Formats: sequence, C-alpha cells, structure tokens
Amino acid sequence: MSTTPQVTVGEMLRRNGVSRRAFIKFCTASASAMALPAWMGAAMAEQLRHAPRPSVVYLSFQECTGCFESFTRSFAPTIENLMFDVISLDYDDTLMAASGSAAEAALATAMKDNYGKYVLIVDGSIPTGAGGACCTAGGRSADMTLRAAAEGAAVILAVGTCASFGGIPFANPNPTNAWPVSGIVAGKPIINVSGCPPIPEVITGTLLQYVTTGKLPDLDENLRPKAYFGNTIHDRCYRRPFYDAGKFAKSFDDEGARSGWCLYELGCKGPTTYNACATMKWNDGTSFPIESGHGCLGCSEPDFWDKGSFYAAQSSADWNSAGETSPREVLELAGGTAAAGAVLGVGAAGMGRLRQHHSEKE
Amino acid sequence: MDLLGFARGPALEVSVGIFCAGVVWRIAAFALLKIRREQSRPRQSVLRYVSEGLLATASRSWPHPEFTKRTGAGEALGYSYHMGLFVVILLYGPHIALLGSLVGFTWPGLPSPLITGLAVVTLTLFCGVLFRRLTSPVMRMLSNFDDYFTWFITMLVLVTGLAASAHLGARYETLLAIHILSVDGLLVWFPFGKLMHAFYIMPSRAINGAILARKGAPS
Repeated sequence: MSTTPQVTVGEMLRRNGVSRRAFIKFCTASASAMALPAWMGAAMAEQLRHAPRPSVVYLSFQECTGCFESFTRSFAPTIENLMFDVISLDYDDTLMAASGSAAEAALATAMKDNYGKYVLIVDGSIPTGAGGACCTAGGRSADMTLRAAAEGAAVILAVGTCASFGGIPFANPNPTNAWPVSGIVAGKPIINVSGCPPIPEVITGTLLQYVTTGKLPDLDENLRPKAYFGNTIHDRCYRRPFYDAGKFAKSFDDEGARSGWCLYELGCKGPTTYNACATMKWNDGTSFPIESGHGCLGCSEPDFWDKGSFYAAQSSADWNSAGETSPREVLELAGGTAAAGAVLGVGAAGMGRLRQHHSEKE
Repeated sequence: MDLLGFARGPALEVSVGIFCAGVVWRIAAFALLKIRREQSRPRQSVLRYVSEGLLATASRSWPHPEFTKRTGAGEALGYSYHMGLFVVILLYGPHIALLGSLVGFTWPGLPSPLITGLAVVTLTLFCGVLFRRLTSPVMRMLSNFDDYFTWFITMLVLVTGLAASAHLGARYETLLAIHILSVDGLLVWFPFGKLMHAFYIMPSRAINGAILARKGAPS
C-alpha cells in the first residue's frame, strides 16, 4: 500500500498493460452501473487518466465486517480494479499486511501526506459510552480516531447502515451509546451508503463517481446517492405486479410465494425501503433477498431494527415490543376500555334518569 | 419513532381504546334510558309486537312503495356508497393484514385494481351525497357540523387510502402513515358523531317498530 500516490491513473494503467480502449470500456461500464449518462464514461476516462490516484483511508469501527466483505465482492468495478488502477488504498486494517505500529504509521503518513484530499471510508458505528472503551485501536477510541481522520478528509463515505444511521449497535437500548458518522462529524461532506451490508457495486460505484468527477453525487435527505437510493425496492420489484393484482403470499414457501406473489403480508419492507437491490441485485446480478423468497428487512433505512416486526405487514398494528399485535392484546385493550365506557354510560344514563325524574316532578 | 410507527403504534392503540370506550358508553347510555311508560292498552300480544319490531328492521330498510319516486334515488346512493365502503374496508389485502393482526385470522381479498375502481366509484358517490345535501333546501336545513365533519373524515380516509395504494403524491411511508392517522381520527370521532348510526340504526328501527306495533300499526 503506497502512501505517496503521485502516479496518475493513466500512468498506472499503462504500466499494467491496460489499453486505452479497455480503459474507456471500463469507465463506460462503471458510468452505466452508476446510472450516469453515456457521455460520462468518456469524461470519467479523461479525468482519471490525468488524475493522481487519490488516497483512500478505510476505518472500521463497531461493525461485523459484513460491509467490507460486501465491498470485496464488487464485480463492476472490482475491488482489484479500484485498488490497483484507480485509488491508493493507504490504510485498511482488514486488508493490509502491516500491523501494530507499522499500520498506525501508515495511517498517520497517509493522513499527513494527503491532508485535505483523501477519501475517508468509515464502516461501523462509533461507540461513545464508557469513555469510548467499547471500540479502541492503537490506544485510541473510535471517536478519537474518526475525529482526527475526518479533519483532513475531502469527503467521508459512511459505508453500511451502522456508519450511516447507527445500525444495530444504535438500536434500542443502544448499550454502547453508538452514533453514526453524521452524529460525530460536522462540517465535512458525508455520503451515506447504507445497507446491511450495502450492495457491493453501490459502494464501489459511489467511490468511483466521487473519485472521477470530484463532486458529490445528488443525495437524498438521508445523504444517500439518489442514483442508487432514489426508488423503493417495491417500485422495482419483480413481484410488484402481484401486489397490484392483490395476490399476496400467505406464508413462506406456500404456492403463492413460489409463484412470485407479493410478500407484503409476510412483512416485506420493500414499499418503504430505498435501495437498488431489485435492480442491481447481488453476486453480479444473481438475485436479491425477495427473489430468494424472503421479504425485505428494510436494512438500508434509519432505525430499521426498531421499526417493528420483520414479519408483520406494514399496514398492521404495532403495539408491543415485538412490533406486532396479538388478538389477546386487542381483547385486553377492548375489554378494559369497554368496561370504562360501560361505567361512563351507566353514569350518563343515571344522570339522565335523575333529570327526567326532576322534570316529571315539576 | 417515525410517523408510520406512531400512526400504527400508539395512535392506533389510543384510537381503538377511545372507540371501544366511546361506543360502549353511548350504547349503555342509550340502552339504560328510561322509556316513558305507555298508558294505553297494548293492541297486540308481547310476542307479536316484539316480532313486528324485528320485522321493522327489514321493512324500514327499503323505501316504501309510495315514496320510492321521491326517496329511491337518495336511498340507492346511500346503499351504494355504504356497500362500496364495506368492500374496500374488508376485502383489500393490506386491510385484511391489519384486521387479521387484530382479530387473529384472515380471509381472501379482492384484486387491488377492482378495489381501486370501487374506491373511486365510492368517492364519486360520496361527492354526490354532499352535493345532494348542499343543494336540497330541506337537507341543508337539517344538516349540522356533525354531518359535514363525518362526511369529511370518511372522505379523508378514502382519499388518503387511494393515494397510498397508488403511491401518489409522496413517499409510500408518508402516505400510509397519513392514511392510518386518518383512520385513527375516524375511530376517535366515531362514538361522538353520526357514525354511531352503525350501532344505533337497527335497534332504533326495531324499537320504533315495536312501539308502533303495540299501538296497532303493523310493520
């Protein structure tokens, strides 16, 4: 991992024997994956050829490494393409061979040499409870490391729902007092690439788009690139026609579910989840969870873990801690309130009779 | 907690509670009212006038032949939008999911396009009902805030439901939350307004029929 990225991307590609034609094809494919117009492919190629490979620092905090695993499974562009041809991945404690003080030195050098220019990728939430002791590396808490790294970053990519919105560590009762990147860092451009994990090509595509254009993509109100998070999964789902036709699977793996009927009644969160799963899919476009027969969990949305049961329809009642409602709870509520109503009614009737009695006497 | 979580969580729970308490309160207060003692001698046996009362629930639910020309259109309008409402409420998939979560069992629904079509027809009939109320001098004179607000809140539920099912105008979660909140509002209003006719209409017809039968007027 180089810490002095002076070589331009074009030079690097020439050294690796990549032809201009192959490079333009790569850029066009990347632009297409990012839903950018076709002319952007040529513009990206031109920009990249003359640009020095930007330094990228990848920090992992309170996370499961699922996001990084996802990152390594990108097909267009692949992580090898990115690392060897487009970016200079100067620090990543999961991938790098160095460890201990050598790794810490690499991080410090990358931050110093590229101050104000490097791309900071953050994966995982940032625990601030117990003085930050829940997540430390090199004697520093995640909070301290993030603040120091964010200071010199040109842009921050919060990868995964934990870094974007706090994710599972942030869920009630949030025992580590975890925060998303946006809860810690202020005054820096942040791009949230949410998902648990995010789609690999969405991570690499967003990174590539920033690196090639030098500009932030259009973001939604949750700071997510609109190119990938502009539509709901439901809007692009292949089961959508069955929703429109009112054909709903009643249980997992019933005849309806196998025939591709809508999983809405089984708790699918596709209608309220903004992501590109239904179009980009996973494993080089092989499938996505709904295609495998399970409803969407809504993992790319804020607070998805606290939004009720994964298996209750979104139109259903959400009254208990499991995010569901049982007929027994309804009976208890109806019985209790009806009893109170009956007392009120008897009282009202008694008052009425009294009034009637008085008026009859008069 | 987001708006949708609030709408289908605490707001729905509170509104169902108010609905149950309010309905039982109104029914109890109505059922325990002192009925003025009839001084006249009954013209029929008890069994006869009770059965006449029950018969009145059916006979009064249909226009009298003598008044068909005058009231038939209004009654047809009323029946049509009530039937539309029942079908839309009870046979739409997401509604069945909600009701199923409350009662513990579900039932087959109708295709969504059919429900959407019915909802549009019902909406049109609803507008017709308001038009009739506003243009008929007698109806206008009889109408008060209760009538208009009851019309408004029922209409709101229909309109927001259509928007949510068609994903029109805003994000689905916002539309669904607004729709559920409008239902919550309707449940809260239900016991205190004219929507209580759902519980009162049949008993009041039966009681009126029985009282009249006691005096010798057949249903």
